[in-house]
Amino acid sequence: MAADREERRFAEVSRDSVKLMAESAGLELGDEVAALLAEDVCYRLREAAQSSAQFMRHAKRKKLTVDDFNKALRWSNVEAICGYGAQDAMLFRSVKEGELFFVEDRDINLIELALATNIPKGCAETMVRANVAYLDGKGNVGPQGTVPAAVQSLSDDLLKYYQQITRAILGEDPHLMKVALQDLQSNSKIAALLPYFVYVISGVKSVSHDLEQLNRLLHMVKSLVQNPYLYLGSYVRSLVSSVMYCILEPLAASINPLNDHWTLRDYAALLLSHIFWTHGDLVSGLYRQILLSLQKVLSDPVRPLCSHYGAVVGLHALGWKAVERVLFPHLPAYWANLQAVLDDYSVSNAQVKADGHKVYGAILVAVERLLKMKALSLPQPAEGCSIPLPAMYSELYSFFGDSLAVRFSTEQSFGGFSPCTPSHFRETRKEPLGHVSNPDTTRKMPQLTANLNITLRPQDQSLARSSMQRSRASSSRSGQRSIGLSRDVFPKARFTSPHSGPPTFSFVIGGRQMGRRCQGRRPFQTIFVPTPPPPVVLPRVYTHKLPVIGRVCKPLRRWTRSHYSLHLPL
Amino acid sequence: MEHDQFKFIFKMAAVQGGMVDAKDELDIKSEPPSDGFGNSNANDGRLLSSSPGAGTGGTATGNNKPAPGPPEEQQTLLAVLQFLKKSKLAESAEILRREAGLPEDALDPKGTDASGSGPGLAAGSGQVDGVDASSLLSRVTVSSSAAAQAPKKAGEDQPDVSVVLSAYSQQGDPSLYDAYYSGLKRFIESVLDCHRAELSQLFYPLFVHMYLELVYNNNESVAKAFFEKFSGDQECYYEQDLRILSSLTKKEHMKGNETLLDFRTSKFVLRISRDSYQLLKRHLQERQNNQIWNIIQEHLYIDIFDGMPRSKSQIDAMSGSLAGEARREANKAKVFYGLLKEPEIELPLDDEDEEAENEEGKPKKKKPKKDSMGSKSKKQDPNAPLQTRIPLPELKDSDKLDKIMYMKESTKRIRLGSDNLPSICFYTFLNAYQGLTAVDVTDDSSLIAGGFADSTVRVWSVTPKKLRKVKSAADLNLIDKESDDVLERIMDEKTASELKILYGHSGPVYGISFSPDRNYLLSSSEDGTIRLWSLQTFTCLVGYKGHNYPVWDTQFSPYGYYFVSGGHDRVARLWATDHYQPLRIFAGHLADITCTRFHPNSNYVATGSSDRTIRLWDVLNGNCVRIFTGHKGPIHALAFSPNGKFLASGATDGRVLLWDIGHGLMVGELKGHTDTIYSLRFSRDGEILASGSMDNTVRLWDAMKAFDDLETDDFTAATGHIHLQDNSQELLLGTYMTKSTPVLHLHFTRRNLLLAAGAYNP
Repeated sequence: MAADREERRFAEVSRDSVKLMAESAGLELGDEVAALLAEDVCYRLREAAQSSAQFMRHAKRKKLTVDDFNKALRWSNVEAICGYGAQDAMLFRSVKEGELFFVEDRDINLIELALATNIPKGCAETMVRANVAYLDGKGNVGPQGTVPAAVQSLSDDLLKYYQQITRAILGEDPHLMKVALQDLQSNSKIAALLPYFVYVISGVKSVSHDLEQLNRLLHMVKSLVQNPYLYLGSYVRSLVSSVMYCILEPLAASINPLNDHWTLRDYAALLLSHIFWTHGDLVSGLYRQILLSLQKVLSDPVRPLCSHYGAVVGLHALGWKAVERVLFPHLPAYWANLQAVLDDYSVSNAQVKADGHKVYGAILVAVERLLKMKALSLPQPAEGCSIPLPAMYSELYSFFGDSLAVRFSTEQSFGGFSPCTPSHFRETRKEPLGHVSNPDTTRKMPQLTANLNITLRPQDQSLARSSMQRSRASSSRSGQRSIGLSRDVFPKARFTSPHSGPPTFSFVIGGRQMGRRCQGRRPFQTIFVPTPPPPVVLPRVYTHKLPVIGRVCKPLRRWTRSHYSLHLPL
Repeated sequence: MEHDQFKFIFKMAAVQGGMVDAKDELDIKSEPPSDGFGNSNANDGRLLSSSPGAGTGGTATGNNKPAPGPPEEQQTLLAVLQFLKKSKLAESAEILRREAGLPEDALDPKGTDASGSGPGLAAGSGQVDGVDASSLLSRVTVSSSAAAQAPKKAGEDQPDVSVVLSAYSQQGDPSLYDAYYSGLKRFIESVLDCHRAELSQLFYPLFVHMYLELVYNNNESVAKAFFEKFSGDQECYYEQDLRILSSLTKKEHMKGNETLLDFRTSKFVLRISRDSYQLLKRHLQERQNNQIWNIIQEHLYIDIFDGMPRSKSQIDAMSGSLAGEARREANKAKVFYGLLKEPEIELPLDDEDEEAENEEGKPKKKKPKKDSMGSKSKKQDPNAPLQTRIPLPELKDSDKLDKIMYMKESTKRIRLGSDNLPSICFYTFLNAYQGLTAVDVTDDSSLIAGGFADSTVRVWSVTPKKLRKVKSAADLNLIDKESDDVLERIMDEKTASELKILYGHSGPVYGISFSPDRNYLLSSSEDGTIRLWSLQTFTCLVGYKGHNYPVWDTQFSPYGYYFVSGGHDRVARLWATDHYQPLRIFAGHLADITCTRFHPNSNYVATGSSDRTIRLWDVLNGNCVRIFTGHKGPIHALAFSPNGKFLASGATDGRVLLWDIGHGLMVGELKGHTDTIYSLRFSRDGEILASGSMDNTVRLWDAMKAFDDLETDDFTAATGHIHLQDNSQELLLGTYMTKSTPVLHLHFTRRNLLLAAGAYNP
């Protein structure tokens, strides 16, 4: 019978239950009768359940209530079940022994209830409230009710947007990513999502093995930073720390030399400077903190060279003042370490050495810019507190030698000084240099030539000379070669400067890429011509005659493509 | 009505433990004529006075007959007795009766029935005589041509007789049903693709009837095995029915189940091309598969057409209802769907908003405007019914004023379109505790009313103007009746409030409707009554009784005075406010009527039902002029387009279907909602269709485009074979979410602002 059915599609009342119920009513039922009754009861229950669903549908509800069921019973002329009309969920309790469940039905003391002092307030009055939900078929005109923005949970739309954006940015489709980033950069309604995005970005630490993902996350930072509608507030700190991570950490991706993590670091450094310049005011002491952490990395010899590289590009991106403040004083100490790496020609060191060259190049560029900016700011001697330019130059020259070659095309003003320089060099050429043993592995350092048109005062003149002399000690053969090269260049750049006026500088960085791995790359030459202060007009002739190679002279369209991008092919 | 009560008694009998079988048998026999057909016969062409229970007299007497002998035998004897009597063999009948020990009055119910529908029985018995397959075949093939009203009536009665006969014409071994069905299944699966889709329509009705037959003949275990084996093959949209079916395993249970009774007594309509049909016929004849053939004969109506067989998608679009598709001829009657000519009103347009503005210029400008309006309405729409086709109430002065207001407003109406969507204003019912069951808004959007599960009706004013009652009779005597502001004076300022609660029902209020003149409110309730409330005194004026079962919906005619209601008793009733009895009873639906709507010209009424069909009824003569099938769930929302040409319907299946009333065709399917659609509304100019659903969204559809793209060629119109393109996404103009508030009602204001209403459901 009912119990024998292999499949039970419906709730069933068993024969035994029917018998029990009959007994409780004082009746004795045979098995057969009970079985028939049980089956019928089941069917009637199902029927009532089905018709009660109809009442639910017409009451426009999704929840079947006891009331619906009672109506169904009533219409099939069965007495309704009283006492279960409450909206609250019913509590079922189980009796362990009998596997029995029952609804707890406690006795209510009516007297107590009647005499109670806390009279229930009753339900709130049903009311109608109107609000314009959509104006001209678009947009919510203010949220229903007044929920403060801080507490407001994400609406479905925002949540969808967030999912779509993160999926697009971290997904496969580059076009989709571009669109997503573009939207992130210009969308005015995503303030509520900022913490979520910042959180996503902080995920850089977990994807340090995947350059692609890191890159995407950095792009996300860029978009957020550039979004004019977002107030980043204290989230700047979190963003900065994520970016710093990309600059400084020895990423897992760096283990494989084929991974171009250098570009990532460069990009992150640029981003850092951008965040700092645009949002640095949001967090006090941000600049100091960044410098400190960069310095810490730089002064830590245990750190791999890629971290050092990051620190240098970071400093460079933060501006020449940062370089002057952190890198320059630290250079003598750091130089020794770097020199040791660069001078180790063992095969096992090849990789490290290549990295060393990177750092070397980065430092050179940083320093070169430092010099350039220094020269620019020369006319304002108010910043006298910092190291004077010639002193700095001489010190740097001691490290870089002719890589940092400076030309003073000042035939008149430099008088007797210039003729003597070539002789100096010729002499040094013959000097045997201890550490340069193998001419094949000669480092071809990038060269910096500077044309300084300056009316030298006596003391300056002497300083310059002393620096030149000092350079002899450390100048290498490559330096001499570069002189030869620059000699060809130099005559073109010869110009007669006016007798007086503020000094003007122009730098030429020229040479080849260094290191074995980068051999055969095209040589490059860069020229910086700091614009002279307004009163001094450089004759056009000369500017035209300056040898011009490289991108620097082209107008810079995007901030990302500063002269620093010279390093990208490395 | 009466028959319902009796059914109900039977139900009780069954509940009390399986009474004697014979009684139930009789129930089966006498039920059919009383169900629908009886009513429609009684109503056909006649009016008012015909009591709906007239056709059911026989049932009453059928009850108190004792029941000797085993039920089957008695059935047989009764039928034979009936046959003898029919054949005027009175003596033989008497002998048989005496021998069988049947009581004297055994044939009385049949007798009365016969007198009621003589030709039907005659035809039926004739058919029984030659019960061989070929004659039955010919009957089916010709029956499609026998569409005229009178033969149809006779035809309608035939199934009742055959039901009686089929009860004992148990053919073949029940265990062979399985083989029959799977044999047919194999055959259908083996035919050409183009025929397979059409013939597959047979599966569901055959399955149901074979199952019911097995259950009916007490082969419970065979029936269950049969169900297990083949229920999975049925179309998914029959799932709901199958669930009901599967719960039914005992013959006794069939008694109370109206849905199944209907299924048994009404013919399931299939449309099959002639080629496919020939194929089927040949197969069944070759195989001597009489069992299946008999079922097709007795319970199926095969509407054969010439031409290409239909594709699966075409069939799926139209199927899904409880009784198959509509017969082609059911949608052939002429429907006057045009709008009535607007009465010409002397427009005192000069009092528009000219107050302070220049007095000379205005009237000149107004003149042409007035003319253009007048000429527009003067043109008689060729599809419109005669102005006097049904008597309409005369316009009162206040109605004319309202019309003027309406015209003024309509000049400020926003022209909507796909690029100019309406603003949506949402009326949220707070603290309704899941009790809001119905909402209505007056045409001028000044009042909103809600029907609640606690039996109350609440009316709110949504304008600053508060609701006031008229003063008591004693106070009214005191006021100066000659004064100009007498209408203002009769109002009792003390009673002013934003909300008025109307008490009177004793069950949830499922439908409410404002009268067009805003003086009355109708409410229909679970208690089986419809109440008319005055919005002047905020008291109940009339309680219309007649449904006896829950009344699911009611609506005022657009011209007032008439209203329609429909409910659990499966009939819709047309009432006039000043008659306490219905003017028309529209019977024919096989299950509850869930929603009712008046056509804009007031000459027709549309009803949506749980049997998943929509019917359009002529108010003048009570005829059913359209049957629309295609929904896969109970229909809960209907809306006529403002020009009267189209009908939109929404159901629990979450789809909105669009219908061309004139051609009787489905013209669009709008998919998108994920839950029951409870409200539909066209914008004032018909460009936009708004739908509100249980899934907490309002969606806007481009109705203009949906109807513009139609090309209704003659062939489509003639055959009813529609090709629907799936362009829901193009037509969907917007989806607007609410905050966990099901959308129960939608309303376009006269300026085309969309109002939506629902109860917040935390």
